[in-house]
Amino acid sequence: MFVTVNDKRVHVAEGTTVAAAVMMASEPSRISVSGERRAPFCGMGICMECCARVNGVEHRRSCQLPCEPGMVVVTK
Amino acid sequence: MSARFDVVVVGAGPGGIAAAAVAAEAGRRVCLLDNGVAPGGQIWRGYRAETAEKAAHGREYLHWMKRLKQSSCTVWTGWQAIDRPTAGVLRLECRGEGRDVEAKALILATGARERFLPFPGWTLPGVMGAGGLQALVKGGLDPAGKRVVVAGSGPLLLAVAASVGGAGARIHGIYEQAPLGRLAGFGLTLLRHPDKLIEGAGYRMRTWRAAYRTGCWIVRAEGRDSLERVTLTDGHRQWSHNCDWLACGFQLVSNLELPRLLGCRIEGGLVVVDKLQQSSVQGVACVGELTGIGGMEKALLEGQIAGWAAAGCAAQARALRPRLQRWQRFALRLSRAFALRAELRGLADADTVVCRCEDVTHAALAGRAGWREAKLYTRCGMGACQGRVCGSATEFLYGWQNPGVRPPVYPTPVFVLADDADAASAHR
Repeated sequence: MFVTVNDKRVHVAEGTTVAAAVMMASEPSRISVSGERRAPFCGMGICMECCARVNGVEHRRSCQLPCEPGMVVVTK
Repeated sequence: MSARFDVVVVGAGPGGIAAAAVAAEAGRRVCLLDNGVAPGGQIWRGYRAETAEKAAHGREYLHWMKRLKQSSCTVWTGWQAIDRPTAGVLRLECRGEGRDVEAKALILATGARERFLPFPGWTLPGVMGAGGLQALVKGGLDPAGKRVVVAGSGPLLLAVAASVGGAGARIHGIYEQAPLGRLAGFGLTLLRHPDKLIEGAGYRMRTWRAAYRTGCWIVRAEGRDSLERVTLTDGHRQWSHNCDWLACGFQLVSNLELPRLLGCRIEGGLVVVDKLQQSSVQGVACVGELTGIGGMEKALLEGQIAGWAAAGCAAQARALRPRLQRWQRFALRLSRAFALRAELRGLADADTVVCRCEDVTHAALAGRAGWREAKLYTRCGMGACQGRVCGSATEFLYGWQNPGVRPPVYPTPVFVLADDADAASAHR
């Protein structure tokens, strides 16, 4: 299936988390309050570094969220 | 919306699954809830019935998942416990939907997370937790051809190197901060846990190409937009590896937010429980990593004990105690063997970020009187992770104690708190 991460189309296998898709798109998962590029860190839903807007919904923990076909992920 | 059960189990790792299955088999109405996409917790993350046989601890996974499925237990995945509005009631959230669940007995099996320590460059993309990298790879991140350094502390490092290396990454080194002497002593005590010795040897055989060095720790990570190089030390000299990913975690710490919120007595970072896993709060049991970092075997036994106890079968629960004591001793040995060295307190530079959510530096925090003052003056611990990452770091770095938690214990959309159905449907 394909998902979109900040306008990049990414091919992912069934069962891939949105956080993994963001990493494979080489996109930051968020920009920190002082402007640093950040990426998924803890992988288990506690650090919140991977929170992204998914299909218009803000602050989704992307490492705990499986990809669905056509998902639109915005991380900045 | 509200639902009522005899027993509610929070956290569907080994401890929670065992507790829920046993209590349901004994005829209780049980609900097992977890914020992940499927039961399994961290150790069985991403396991499926068709492929689990060959995976580490796959046999136990198949056994317990079968029992869970054949029991009458209700399983809610994707649900996060956020609050306890009144005694015996938990408030849950899932994708913008709120729900209350009522229980006569509550079993907490919320597991553990990695302890992360700040060092220069640890916020760079490409630097992850050790378990973090493993979880992301289980979540579909392709490690093929990636150059990976594994560092930090704990038996998890070898397991991570074995699984990520097995999935195609090139492991350039595994660096354990604990000194060889202490680990050798620990290795000897493992003669009493031959299964663990075999498990460790198996991980090592699968990572034999990579150096496993003890008494070594991370100094810094560097790169422009993402990680390019890491530097390590053995306390005498320093060396560097060019790499794509650094997997770095320093043992585990219990996820105490929910037991804290419920008022369970906590000592030394662990929930105090009696012989039937009951906490200081009536009707609240705690199992697994909450009572001591000891792994799957301990969690399975404690889960069963709590499950029997919740079903009113104290004799069956007590019968499991002798087997449990063995794993409790293992947990104690583990914490001693991998105790953190004092040098790790000196890793952070003045401008190293300690609180990743609010970008609060070591210089802004050092010299503060404690957690509360740091929050008031710097916003440390007030971001989205609610101190889950910086809390255990500042405890180690500055000796601060977390004074408590406030609901909601997870970031929650405000319309869920306000019980606003219209806003909730727009959210979905």
